[in-house]
Amino acid sequence: MALSVATQAGPRVVLSARGLGKDFSGFTAVNGVDLDVHHSRIHALIGPNGAGKTTVFNLLTKFLQPTRGQITLLGQDITHTRPDKVARMGLVRSFQISAIFPHLTVRENVKVALQRPAGLATQFWLPLSSLDRLDARADELIEKLGLSRWRDYRAADLSYGRKRVLEIATTLALDPAVLLLDEPMAGMGQEDVAMVADIIRDVASERAVLMVEHNLSVVADICHHVTVLQRGEIIATGDYATVSADPRVRTAYMGSEA
Amino acid sequence: MAAKSEPIATEQVAAHPRAGQVRLVLLVIALAALLAAPLFLYPIFLMKLLAFALFASAFNLLLGYTGLLSFGHAAFFGGAAYFTAHAVKVWGWSPEAGILLGVLGAAALGLVMGAIAIRRQGIYFAMITLALSQMFFFFCLQAPFTHGEDGIQSVPRGHLFGVIDLNQPLNMYYFVLAVFVIGLLIIWRFVNSPFGMILKSIRENESRAISLGYSVQHYKLGAFVMSAALAGLAGGVKALIFQFATLTDVTWQMSGEVILMTLLGGIGTLFGPIVGSGLVVTLQNVLATSDFPVTIITGLVFMVCVLLFRRGIVGEFCATKLGKMLGFRTEN
Ligand SMILES: Nc1ncnc2c1ncn2[C@@H]1O[C@H](COP(=O)(O)OP(=O)(O)OP(=O)(O)O)[C@@H](O)[C@H]1O
Ligand SMILES: [Mg+2]
Repeated sequence: MALSVATQAGPRVVLSARGLGKDFSGFTAVNGVDLDVHHSRIHALIGPNGAGKTTVFNLLTKFLQPTRGQITLLGQDITHTRPDKVARMGLVRSFQISAIFPHLTVRENVKVALQRPAGLATQFWLPLSSLDRLDARADELIEKLGLSRWRDYRAADLSYGRKRVLEIATTLALDPAVLLLDEPMAGMGQEDVAMVADIIRDVASERAVLMVEHNLSVVADICHHVTVLQRGEIIATGDYATVSADPRVRTAYMGSEA
Repeated sequence: MAAKSEPIATEQVAAHPRAGQVRLVLLVIALAALLAAPLFLYPIFLMKLLAFALFASAFNLLLGYTGLLSFGHAAFFGGAAYFTAHAVKVWGWSPEAGILLGVLGAAALGLVMGAIAIRRQGIYFAMITLALSQMFFFFCLQAPFTHGEDGIQSVPRGHLFGVIDLNQPLNMYYFVLAVFVIGLLIIWRFVNSPFGMILKSIRENESRAISLGYSVQHYKLGAFVMSAALAGLAGGVKALIFQFATLTDVTWQMSGEVILMTLLGGIGTLFGPIVGSGLVVTLQNVLATSDFPVTIITGLVFMVCVLLFRRGIVGEFCATKLGKMLGFRTEN
């Protein structure tokens, strides 16, 4: 089944891993992971708690150095590249524990992401008002994610679900070629889940998305491709129907339910 | 759109609409007081206050606004004092050129020390800066140009821009005041700039800043060098005030003293380090003429302050209702 991905003609591969592995002082958290993430496709990485999903994200974004294997982003080997450089090359992630700047307002959070691409990050001699020209773009993203009402709130004062939405907004602000989302919908209400699912589907038309998600109905709904991880190794990969029919997946992950 | 209920921290006090004007008035009063101060107090004492206030403010740029605790800032303060004193006395440079050399020298030292230390976190960062500044101390002890235990004495104050005679105490005072105000303006701008915004975001969530593509080490190093340069500005001016550059200013005790001043006043506030240094310097001056051991008393004051107001004097004020109404903000 791993074959089907590699041989499939279609959207180009933008991010790929070969034989990816990570040991934590003797304990193997990730082993032999091969992954191909395609442009304009949503790829889900699922698996039980502790399967190694977040660790794979940390390896791909270079927040952790792989023990084994190789990573290629947009045709370039990034196995030994620093994480900030990887982000600048177009691979941007969100975090499982929502990562925001708590004492900044919602708008400032988004603007921090916009500053670097706008070339407005190193000027220590300019007043803060020089950042005003990022307001329009920031407000556009805030609007798109339904956060307009909270634009001037400190991020720390948002509800848990809205913090996650804000994190997605700042991630999208960078307009990345590859988007890695670690459980973007965890802790969200039903409405927000639907909204975020729509947004992910929308933004995936012009970029690749790799997401960890426990909500399987969302995965079934929006993901083109599913990879199942268990104890650090891939046990199945393919479209949702194929994967969910796989007996190993059913016993290991989904239990008895289909 | 239906308004959803949202848990908000309700005890937040909004700044009064005219808070900006009130702050401006307070600022003008403070400036007027500084302008008139030499009519009532010894200029030399006031200048010492200003030099240490600038030093502590420079230090706070790093601790308060970048979250890095340096235990080696004496190297920049005392080092610049040596550079300025040597340039002015031995090479016959003008005071402004001498101070500029002190600033550049401190910045260069900061670049070297920072580049070595910046990758370390927390206590390791503090220990490496301490170790490096101790190395610099031994260099100053041995290098011939510093004259070891004697220091560089009778440094001439000279004429500012070739015209203003700095040997006149009032001229010197207003020059130091001008340097102090300029130094604070630089800090204020630095903190409230696009760069300052990135520094703030790094302090709030470093991983997130990295994942947005910021090379956080470079930003931290930038702040470190700026802090070192401004500490150097304070040190260079101090050498001209006392006409003396001494080993005392490069000791680890001096690095400790500036930490104490900053914590006492309140880190991450623009005025905290000024108040803290003012308190410590005044205390030292008062106790110098008495029989009390200075270090024990300042240590006790520090302990009491830490127990009573952990945010520092200015930090506590900012957290009061009045402080919030006036729109004073702290960085935590
Ligand atoms: N820095 C680390 N040091 C040691 N062990 C780690 C480290 N990070 C992760 N692990 C271990 O690696 C395994 C995989 O963890 P990981 O967080 O990647 O799982 P996950 O699939 O994301 O789980 P969850 O669904 O709970 O988020 C776990 O057993 C975890 O304890
Ligand atoms: Mg995880």
